[in-house]
This record gives sequence, structure tokens and C-alpha cells, in this order.
Amino acid sequence: MRTFVAPGMGTLLGAALLATALGGAAVAPALLAQSSAVDEIAKYRAALQDGNPAELWEARGEGIWKQKRGPKQATLEQCDIGLGPGVVKGAYARLPRYFADADRVMDLESRLLWCMATLQGFSDADSRKQLFGNGNDRKSDMEALVAYVTSESRGTPMNVGIAHPKEAEMYRVGERIFYFRGGPHDFGCVTCHGDDAKRIRLQELPNLTTKEGAQKAYTTWPAYRVSQGELRSFQWRLYDCFRQQRFPELIFGSDASIALTTFLARNANGAPFDAPAIKR
Amino acid sequence: MNARTVLAVTSVVLAVVGCSTAPSKPVVSSVEREETAAKASAMLKTSFKANGQAGLDRLDQDETQRACSALDGNAPSKEVAEKIEKLNLATLKYPAEDKLLGDWKNGEKIAQEGRGKQFSDDPAGPVGANCYACHQLAPQELSYGTIGPSLYQFAKLRGYGIETQRYAYGKIYNPDAYAACSNMPRFGHNGILTEQQMKDVTALLMDPASPVNK
Amino acid sequence: MADPMKIRANVTGDTTEVKVLMSHEMETGQRKDAQGKTIPAWFIQSVTATWNGNTVLAAQWGPAVSKNPFLSFKFKGGAKGDKVLITWVDNRGDKRTDEATIA
Repeated sequence: MRTFVAPGMGTLLGAALLATALGGAAVAPALLAQSSAVDEIAKYRAALQDGNPAELWEARGEGIWKQKRGPKQATLEQCDIGLGPGVVKGAYARLPRYFADADRVMDLESRLLWCMATLQGFSDADSRKQLFGNGNDRKSDMEALVAYVTSESRGTPMNVGIAHPKEAEMYRVGERIFYFRGGPHDFGCVTCHGDDAKRIRLQELPNLTTKEGAQKAYTTWPAYRVSQGELRSFQWRLYDCFRQQRFPELIFGSDASIALTTFLARNANGAPFDAPAIKR
Repeated sequence: MNARTVLAVTSVVLAVVGCSTAPSKPVVSSVEREETAAKASAMLKTSFKANGQAGLDRLDQDETQRACSALDGNAPSKEVAEKIEKLNLATLKYPAEDKLLGDWKNGEKIAQEGRGKQFSDDPAGPVGANCYACHQLAPQELSYGTIGPSLYQFAKLRGYGIETQRYAYGKIYNPDAYAACSNMPRFGHNGILTEQQMKDVTALLMDPASPVNK
Repeated sequence: MADPMKIRANVTGDTTEVKVLMSHEMETGQRKDAQGKTIPAWFIQSVTATWNGNTVLAAQWGPAVSKNPFLSFKFKGGAKGDKVLITWVDNRGDKRTDEATIA
């Protein structure tokens, strides 16, 4: 069941509609009626686990990885995402990391843009044409690639290192960004993700300042978002958070996005990676 | 010693004895912290682009935002809190003649409205306060958040007089005047809501006829 | 050309369980785009599953079925190595057939 949210409606209202559709039959203001709505959503989520449409993206992504593309007509099979050229298994659990050839710390998405440019000859403009999918006729190759590569790390414990000085710096800068209050609403990541057991409307929020919260949150992205009808990556998650924080638009694969990802991914160390997952 | 310091010290100790815990953080000098904060600000400026009504100037912090960003989510010290509250108290602008109550029915619409100020929003479109994202208000609304305290029976519990009205309006206008580094947006000071909208939301909290006080 | 379906079929005793993930927009025809224009309906109208040439499931779907539908069903019969074929036809007349081997 998909909640039909009119264009322009925030996901918050969408979540509210979904919640009331499922469990809000009672009008009485009792606390019981309200907490049962949250339980119903949990049941809905459990029922969704079987038949995750993310598998369709994983299959398409594997095809794209192995396909000769771009001006150089090359596949991505020589792309080094940290464990050597073409080694996909377990690679995502070690990202972001420093790459000597680029002399910078990169997450998966920025590394894929790098490989598309250097191995396949794609221009930056072309590789950024449809980063976020928007329906079956506007599919995102990037999201498919992310689904495939991350699926090959399922079960691998998160293991993001900061031994290289640039990695350590990205972690520290990412932490500052996490606490950065700005924009007309004075929001920072910490505003919503700095406390235990809080929720926006009926959407529970992970406390990203604790190990448990970071582990639970980071290991379940990318995810098929039912309300979007799309597989969404961690770059998308950050982009959409900043949009709702009333910030300007986060540039895909930018340093700030990588720094923040380094901070959150490392905080999740030790937990087995469990994505692509499925979320509301 | 606050909770975060305890956690940091504990994790350093436990890391030494080889327990698995949060990644141990080296003790960082305040000079290093300032350098990192400067790096973060610079990095943000090159990592965002203007879109719609959201320009890069939104990344410029005022004194309150800068001070609150340095706290790592902890409560400010008494001195810092007093300084921030004084600074923000000075910005309060009340409607003329102490007429602070608008229409609570419109206030409820504003409390429900989640749009406004995002780069995806039409600048000419509705701007709400999105109160229900964080608060319980009218009991009939089950979909409420818990980032802020429940406001159910707001005036019923505090009184309906002019002093409570001024407190309610003031909180909406600039919550940092009362609670330094509050999670709540400064709806009036930051130009999110109009005076009429803030009066309507005040009425939602203060009007005896409002469902909030039933 | 629509994406291939992902089909899994497993037999336990005398019952085969089939799980199918289909890639389809399943547009209801009720939504409006940002300009206010109605987005045309585009959804799967019929689904058939066959085993060894026999129809084991025939379904008529409507716009209430969600995007990228997941179908799970059981039928009496089936043996390891047998083929199960799933076909869908949508309101535009597009169709897709994919097959799986019962494990």
C-alpha cells in the first residue's frame, strides 16, 4: 500500500496520513490509541520485509557494473572501491576511506563518480544526470550501482578506519557538521538526532550520538523507501535531511557529505551491515 | 561533569583496557576545536549550492547558532546560557496594545502545516510552524512528535492571563530568549511566521475555546 | 521494456511456494503532477502463473496494488526442476513473462 502524497506535501504529512490510515480509527484522546498507531506501523514494516523491491535495483546495478559504457566503452569491473580493483564483496563496510589516486577521502557514491570518469570517460555533467530516480521512466543508474555494491557487504561488520590523517580529519570535521546549527529554523543534525526515544510526528528518530543509534541507522541504508517508490542511498538521505533543515541544496558527493558520512559510518563500527533494507 | 564528558572519559578508559565501546576520541585542545570548526564552516560553503529560496547565506551563522554549535549537544553553562538568553530576549517584538490572541482555528492549520522555507517549497506557498512535528497539542491529533514537551492543556495548566499570553507569544517569537540553544525555531526573529500567524498559534495555546485547553 | 521479475519457487512436500517481485509503476490514475495534470493510469491488470502448462493462479489486479508489487502464493503440486512461468499484462497492453525453476 502506498500513501498517495500530493507533490509538495512534506513526508511528515505523508507519515501522518499513513499512520492514521493504519491505526487511527479511534478518535478518543487516550494514550493507548496513540501508541497503538505506532505499533501498527511496526507491524506494517515487519510485513514489508519479504519481497523487498530493492532486489530489482540490485539486479539492475550488477548489470550496469558489468556493462561496457561511456566514451571509453569500459565496464566498472576494474573500479577499486577500497579492496583492490573489481573487489566488491565487503568493500562498502570499509567506506568512506582515503584513496591515494584521488588523494582524498571518498564514500561509495563519490568513488563511483570517480570510476565512471577515469575508467569510462564520462563527463561530470553526464554522470550526474539522474542521480536520484523518479519513476520507472527516469531511473537512476547511480542508485542501482549503490544497491548492487552495498548488497555485497550484507553481513560484514562495519569497519571504517581513521588511520590516515585525512580520514581522521574528515571524521572530526564531520562531527562539527553534525552539531552545526544553521538556516532560518536553527536546525542541525543534532536537533533531531541528539536524544534517545524521540520522534517527529510518528517517525521514530535514531540517536546518532550513541553507538547503538548510529549502528541501527547506518547499517540500514541504502533502503527501498516505500513512500518514494525508489531505492535511496545515504547521499540521498543526507540531501533530504538538509532540505528539511531548510539548508540550501547539498551537492552530491561533496566533501561535507563525505565528512558527515565518515563520522556516522565510523560510529557504527562493529555492527553487521544489513542493507539494502526497506523503510516506509 | 556532564554526561558527554563522562562518556568520552569512560570510552578512553575502556579503550585502554580493550573493551569495545564508542571509538575512543583523543583529548582535543580548544585551539584544535576552533580550527576544525573553521574547516567545517569553509567545507559547508563549498558543499552546498543555492536552490530556490535557499541561498548560501543560510549557512552564515549568527552569534546564537555559533555558540550553540560548539556545545556538542550538551546544555550550555550558566554563563553562556544567560548571555544567549539576554541576547535573544532583546529581540522580542510584541503586537500593539497587548492584543496577542488571534484565531485558534487558523492556529491549528499553522500547527499542522509542515511546509515553508524549504528549497522545494514555493516561496509564495504556505508557511507553517509544523508544531505537531515536535509537540502534542489538540488531543484529537494522534500523530504528534516528542522532540518537545506536550502542550496539551497549555493555558488550562498555566492560567489564561496576559502574562502567560506574553510568555506563549514570546516563546514562539524567540524560544532562545527563555531556553538558550533550544531545539525550537525562532519563528518571529528568523522571519518564518508573520505576526498574525504567531497570534493565531498563541490563540491555539491560550484560547479557552481551543481544543488544546479542553 | 519492463525490468525482469525476480521469482523464487520452493517445494516442500506436496506444496510449492512462489514469491514474485515485479517491477511496475502501478500508477492509479488519481494522482496529479506538480502542474495539476492527472498522471495517466498505468497498472498491471492481469497476472497468470503456470506450472507445467497448467494455470495455478489467475489474478485480476486494479490500482489498489502498490508500485513494484510483491506476490506470494502456494499451489499443490510441483517438483524440483519444474518450471513456473509468471505473466503480467497491464492496461497499456504491455506484458512480461519470466520463468523460474522450482528448487
